[in-house]
Order: sequence, then C-alpha cells, then structure tokens
Amino acid sequence: MRFLLQRVAFYLFTAWAAITLNFFIPRMVPGDPVQSLISRNQGRISADAIESLRVLFGLDKNQNVWEQYVDYWNQLLHGDLGLSFTFFPAPVSTVIGDSLPWTVGLVGITTIISFFLGTALGVGAGWRRGSWVDGLLPATTFLSSIPYFWLGLVAIALFAGPGSFFPSSGGYEPGLVPAFDQYFIPSAIQHSILPAATILVSSMSGWILSMRNMMVTVSSEDYITVAHAKGLSERRVALSYAARNALLPNVSGFALSLGFIVGGTLLVEIVFSYPGLGYQLFQAVGAKDYPLMQGIFLIITISVLVANLLADVAYLLLDPRTRKS
Amino acid sequence: MRDPVLEIRGLRVDYGLGDAAVHAVRDVDLTLHRGEVLGLAGESGSGKSTLAYGLTRLLPPPGVISGGEVVYHPVDGPPVDVLSLSPARLRAFRWADTSIVFQGAMNSLNPVHRISTQLLDVIKAHEPRSAAAARLARARDLLRLVGISADRLESYPHQLSGGMRQRVMIAMALALEPQVVIMDEPTTALDVVMQRQILGQLAELRQRLGFAVLFITHDLSLLVEFSDRIAIMYGGRIVEEAPAADLYRRALHPYTDGLLHSFPALRGARRELTGIPGSPPDLRAMPTGCAFHPRCPRAFTPCDTDVPPLGRPADAPGRDVACWLHPVAEPVPR
Amino acid sequence: MTISPSSIEQVIPGQGAMAQPSAAPGRAKRRRFRFVANAKAATGLVILAFYCLFAVIGPWVAPYSPDARSGDVLQPPSTTHWFGTTHLGQDIFSQILVGARSVMVVGLIAGVLATILSILIGVTAGYIGGAADEGLSALSNVFLVIPALPLIIIVTSIVERASDTLVALIIGFTSWAWGARVLRAQTLSLRRRDYVEAARATGERTWRIILFEILPNLTAIIASGFVGTVIFAVMSEITLAFIGISSISSWNWGTILFWAQGQQALAQGAWWWFVPAGLAIALLGTALALINFGIDEFVSPRLRSAGKNRIPTADGRTVRMRVGFTPVLAPSRPVPAPREEVAP
Repeated sequence: MRFLLQRVAFYLFTAWAAITLNFFIPRMVPGDPVQSLISRNQGRISADAIESLRVLFGLDKNQNVWEQYVDYWNQLLHGDLGLSFTFFPAPVSTVIGDSLPWTVGLVGITTIISFFLGTALGVGAGWRRGSWVDGLLPATTFLSSIPYFWLGLVAIALFAGPGSFFPSSGGYEPGLVPAFDQYFIPSAIQHSILPAATILVSSMSGWILSMRNMMVTVSSEDYITVAHAKGLSERRVALSYAARNALLPNVSGFALSLGFIVGGTLLVEIVFSYPGLGYQLFQAVGAKDYPLMQGIFLIITISVLVANLLADVAYLLLDPRTRKS
Repeated sequence: MRDPVLEIRGLRVDYGLGDAAVHAVRDVDLTLHRGEVLGLAGESGSGKSTLAYGLTRLLPPPGVISGGEVVYHPVDGPPVDVLSLSPARLRAFRWADTSIVFQGAMNSLNPVHRISTQLLDVIKAHEPRSAAAARLARARDLLRLVGISADRLESYPHQLSGGMRQRVMIAMALALEPQVVIMDEPTTALDVVMQRQILGQLAELRQRLGFAVLFITHDLSLLVEFSDRIAIMYGGRIVEEAPAADLYRRALHPYTDGLLHSFPALRGARRELTGIPGSPPDLRAMPTGCAFHPRCPRAFTPCDTDVPPLGRPADAPGRDVACWLHPVAEPVPR
Repeated sequence: MTISPSSIEQVIPGQGAMAQPSAAPGRAKRRRFRFVANAKAATGLVILAFYCLFAVIGPWVAPYSPDARSGDVLQPPSTTHWFGTTHLGQDIFSQILVGARSVMVVGLIAGVLATILSILIGVTAGYIGGAADEGLSALSNVFLVIPALPLIIIVTSIVERASDTLVALIIGFTSWAWGARVLRAQTLSLRRRDYVEAARATGERTWRIILFEILPNLTAIIASGFVGTVIFAVMSEITLAFIGISSISSWNWGTILFWAQGQQALAQGAWWWFVPAGLAIALLGTALALINFGIDEFVSPRLRSAGKNRIPTADGRTVRMRVGFTPVLAPSRPVPAPREEVAP
C-alpha cells in the first residue's frame, strides 16, 4: 500500500509540474495573441471568454505572477481551458472531449497490444536463443527505426486509396453520426486498422528486444537452475519461472516509456487525419491555437500519468516483494 | 563395502569447445555408496561445483560434458547412465532420484511464487496422478520435517530468513525421497550457529530417511565432522580419497595436508596453522605434471613432468591418492 | 519513435547480472577493442561514418542546389535526377545530401547537451545521495513521465522560425532524463564499491573520485545514453520539420517529407518524393540502434545472439547448447543393459 501511495504522490507532483509548465509556456508567446483574435471576431466574443483567455496568457499587467498563477489554477479547476482559436467559439475542453476517445481507442489499445505481443515474442526469442524469433530481431530493429508517420505514409500508399478496403483518412465514414450502433462501429474499426497496424509494427520491436534480454539475464538466475533440477516441464520453467520474473522489469520499463511512445504514436493520427488528440495538436500548431495546444498537452500528460499509475498497480500485483503486509 | 548408488567414471567437463575449451573436470572417478555422506573439498576453482553441476547436466553454456559416464543404481532395477538419458527421461530422473541443495538459498527460490507453489509443483510434476489434498499434506509434513511451521507454506521467499529459506530448500530436496542429495556449499551463506543447527538436522534426517549425500564445500573442517568419506579435488582432479577419520589423522597428499593445516583442530593435539602458499592454478594454463607441484613444498623430479595416477598406494592400503610421494601399487578398479 | 528501453538499466550490478567493466587497465583496453570487433557495433559505426561524411561534404557534392527549380517537374528517378524531382522541379537527391548536415548537427548538439545534463544530474544524485538525490531523482522522473514530443512541439511552435540550433537545444533540454536515471542507479552501486570507499577514506577530493574512479566505469552507459538521445533527437527534429513547425527554409529530411505531404505526393503517385528520405532516416536509426546493441552486449556478454548453438559430437550427432541440459559430447558406451524405464 505504501508503494502505491508513494507513486500517487509522485504523479500528483508531476501533474503539478506539468500544469505549472503549462502556465509559463504561454507567457513566452510574443505579442498579444488575444488582441488579434478579438479584432478578428469583433463583437462575437463574450467578455467572459476574453477574460479567460487573458488569464491563460497572463495579459493582465496589473497582476503579479503569483496572482496570475492563482487565477490560472482557479480557472483550471473549473474545467475552463480557454477558447479554441481554430474551432472558435468552441471551448478547448469540448474540442478535447471530442477527440480524446479516438486517441484512447487507437493509441491506448494498440500500445497495450504491442506490449503484450512484443513481450510474448521476446519470451520466445530469449528462451530459445538462436531460434527464428532471434533471427527476426534485425528486421524489427529496422522497422522500429522508421518514423511512425513515414510508415503511415507508406501504408497509405500501398494499401489505401480509392477502391481499397482501407480508408486513407478519417476515423469513420463521412456522413455517419458517432454512436454505438451497427453502422458506426464497423466503420470506426475499419478506419482504425491501418493506423493501428502502423503503430504496432514499429513499436513492437522495443518490447521484443527488452523482454528477450531480460529472459537471457533471468535464465542464469539460481532459481531457474533449481527449476531445471526439479525436473519441471520446459514450459513451466520458461513461463512460470523465467518469463514471470523477466516480466517485472519490462512492466516498469513500459510505465517509464509511455511518455515516449504516446508522443510518437500521436503522429500517426496526423498522417491518417484520424480525429484524435494528435491530429488536433497538429491543426492547433498550424493555426497557432495556443489554448488548444496547451489543453492537449495537459490532457496527454494526465492520461500518461493515469496509465503509469495503472502500470504501477499491475507491477504491484505481479511482484509480491512490493506488497508489504 | 556397501553397494554403490552413484558411480562417476572418467567424467570430463569443459567450458567451451575445441581448442578454446577449458578443462574444468578431468577424468574424475568417484563412487557414492548408498546412505553415506561423501565430502568433496577443494579451493574455489578446483572444479568441485562444476563436477556437481556436470553430473546432473545442469551446467549452463558454454559448459559441455566431453566424456565419461555417471551411473545411477536405483533401489530396484538395472543401473542407468545419466549422461545418455533423453531430455524427458532426464527430467523424470531429476529430483525423484537425485536432488540438489544449492549454494545460495537467497536466490534458489523463485521470488514471485509462494513456498507452497514451489513445493507442490515439483511433486505434481513427478506424480501427476496424486491427489491435490495429498500433495498439500506432504508439503506440510516436509516443512515440519525441517522444523518450520506449516503455516509458512503461504509465505513468499522474501518473508523468510536466510536460514529458513535454506531449510525450505532442504525440505524441497527431500520431497520425492531421493536416493542421492547433492549439497553444494549448503551452509556457506549462513552464520555459524545456523550452520551447525542445519547440519545437525540434516544428519538426523539422513539417519531416518537413509539417502546418500554428496557434500561439496571448501570447508574441510565441516567435512571431517559430518562425512563418512572425503575426496579432495585440485585442478579438476581428485587427488586424494579416504575415510574421514583416516584423512584427518594422516593426510597423504601434501595438498590435503595443507588444507588440514588451514584451520584449527577442534579436538586433539594442537597443530601449527600454515595454510598453503600460492594460489589455485589457472584452468586455462595448467602446470605440467602434477597440477599442485608449483605450490608443493615436497615436489621432486617426476612431479613437474608426469601426472600422478589416482590409486592405492603401497604404504597406505584402503585409501586412494594421486601423488608421486606415494606411488600407486594397484590402480583404482574401474 | 520511441527510445527502445535499453537493457543496460536492467542489468545494473547488484542484481547480479552485469559483467563489470574490468578494473585492470590492460584488460579494459582489450575489452574496448573487442567492442569494435562486435559485428553489430561495427556495422552501425560504418554506416554512421558514411552519414557523418555526407553531413560534411553533402552540400559540396550535391549536383544541384536543393532550392533550384527546373522544368523537370515531378520526374521519377532518372540518370539526371537520381531520386527524381519535386513539383517545382527541385532535385530530391540534392535535398537529401544537403539535409544530412542539419539532421546530424541537431542530433549531435542535442545528444551532447542531454548527455552532459544526464551526467551532471544523474551522477550527482547517485553520488551525493540524501535530499539532493531525492530532489534530482524526482526531477528526472518528472521529465521522464511528461511526454517529451508534445512538449517539444509546443515549445518550438511558440518560437517563430526556430533555427536548427534552437531545436537542438530544446530537444536536449527535454530528453536527458532517461540517461540521468540509469546513471544515478549505476553511480549508486559504484559508490559502494571498495575502491571508491577506499578513495574516500583516504581523503581524496570528491571531484577527483567522480572524475577518475566513477566516470571511467560509466563509459558504456554514457555512450549508450548518448546514442539513444541522438536517435530521439533526429526523430524529433524530422517530426518537427514534417509537421511544419521548425524553419522550412533550411533543408532536412523532415522538410522534404513536409513538402511531399503538402503537395499530395502520395495521391500523385510520386513515391520517390518520400521514400528516399524515409529510408535515410530508418537506416540512420538502425545504425545507431546497432551501436547500442553492441554496447549492451559489450557490457553484458550473455545478451549476444547464441552464435554456436548446435555443436557436432564425435559420433556425428548434433547437440544443442541449452540451459538446463548440458550437452554430452562423447559417445557414451551403452552402459549396462538397455534401459526400459527410469525408476520413479
């Protein structure tokens, strides 16, 4: 329990650090981005919205930094992330709320599949050194060195296009209304196969390699020799003794590299114009939509923290040594 | 003489292959009799652990067995060559006939499984048709046998002390009532009090259950006390073998003599502590002739050219030695 | 675009898995030499050397100016334009050659910066311990968990027309955490070694101990961290250029992909526009990854792919090296009578 509390405390601290970072970044924006927005949308923008944006960018010159910081937190705790410039006058929270499920569905599920599949292959490669899985390693290294987005481009060129089963962009058939029904779900799945495969192909090799190396390391532990000496079946030694122990560092590695992975996979959304956070971030960057950028960064960070916490819980369940009674 | 339970004949174990091979165990002959404690002593690097791992075929790569045979004599039925068993047969043979207690009890138990899981899986693997309740009852009995209360069954290894873990390993080694238990420095990591306690317990269990023990240690003083016979290993070979009392009273090989003079006598006349000058030979560059001759205070002409054979010397019947000081009258019968 | 978790962190000594860099200088030298003899590392180094060469001479040997327009619009690869041309008739081969410099420079600057930061923070935390360690560890964990790429994208997008150097600095300042973490753990274990304790007991100055006793034993990990950061930096820079954040007036491979994507190269079937840049990135990434495998295997020799897995025996059989079943080479005489069943 103590372990978990420590982790929660750390994630809260990290969340605070990310939010504080988010508070300072817009203060580096040159000029007054809000003023130009106001002049562009003369009269169509409410006084409340302007005030909220001014807090976000720290444009109120009468306040010192501390007062601005308190205001910022106050606004944040009310769920107000400002207005999106691109989707004006939609608030940032709404834009994010629309795109988050897509990212969680695509990136979240694919990352988990990639971890499990890669780990399973790594068990095979590490246990039977020199087998076909070991021979696969150079190829997977090459695949993992390709930028995700480029692999996406190639996938589109090869597999998608007019007349193909795989659509080249979007998250669902245009014209459908997002809902959990028999029209929308199949269409959403059909649209996600190609981006998911892209992420899978290039992210799996890291897990294969690290699990293989852990298996090799664990294989020389005393308890593996004991397991062999006990005359247990090969399967039991490999899975219940070697893989079960090798999995532990791989799970903590998974938690630690989530930030890297999520950052990379978001780019696949850009190539496939997939309506998730990555694509929104891309659009926000193009339109200099700072409130949206910040909101997305915040929500990605918090999602990664939550995922990290889940990985910690998994680790807790897997390693009895962290479970102090 | 009692009948043999494990016969090692001309065993050779190498690390690596071809010209790069390091010969860690060279033509070792050793016989373990039913129900006896055979001590195997030597400095680190003498090949004693390699011998133990080699005869059970547990040596990790790049270890290979390059020759010899290991014959096991079951209580009923014809003898088996352990080295020519198929993997499936070997798996069935392991633990049921020969179990091992390893050096580091700390790392011998799988840290992520409960004691019960690790005790039960070995019983289940060898007796798949036994009832689960019977297996559990056996596991409880085993723990009690080594003086641990049965409710410790649900503990994880990290919740036990070092001594308890080693006792769990001994209980596990006895789970299938094997004929042979190999103990590789079983008490080295423990403090002296715990060491005595466990060894005392072990001697008692052996009386009761009648298994034979191959006891490997660098601590000759322990062997003098706890074993029936002692074999001394140096540079991958057995250099002397004798009943424990005889060996303690009069060592034939200068190396044995040196080992005996490395620890104070527990009882009897006080001896001078001298130790052995120099360090164990590098297995990659073994001296010619007798491997011990560069360190031997009594080396003479043939020692640096000819390897002395192990056999019965004329001046000490009933024991074996490989030393030119005690030329062999009759070679060890094969 | 991940930094594949290096196995080095997982074989930190104390967990009993890592062969320590030898203390004896003679042996250390021999081992260092062996690292280059490692096939993976050697392949990676050779490829990397070619990239470095092109980074230096690329702009001089490029047949055209990367910006020069011509009448040959959207031409597939030919003898005049090896990698074809863009919608403006620019020579893609020249763009790749010229772009190599920017990619390598950013990778180098970011790698060096992140490595210095990771050494400063990781080694200090590991050596000094106490509250300073707690603070620095928390700092590196925070940087590790916060998704770096979105942060880099946002920071870079705020700066108008970020130059290569600035991009490199931003990447360097955000990607030191992994290395710091690994170095801290390793320093912590080195600090408890006898020779370090001895140096401290004799009153050796702290900076001297760190410089002469600790750092030399961290070489492999520092190198591995550096290579890892370079991979990440190169990928990040290309990504930034691809999504059009950093300056698009200077050429790198991401810029090429940016124009290819923007001009619908895919829809027009102009595969030559984006394939060479992608392969150049992938090959560079592979070369760096291979170097890291080499370092891993150098530090922990057991990780090497089992080379000689099957060995022939004297009597013509083949046995496999495998844990738990030591191979028996010599033909064993069929001892006593052929056996039926092993006694239980």
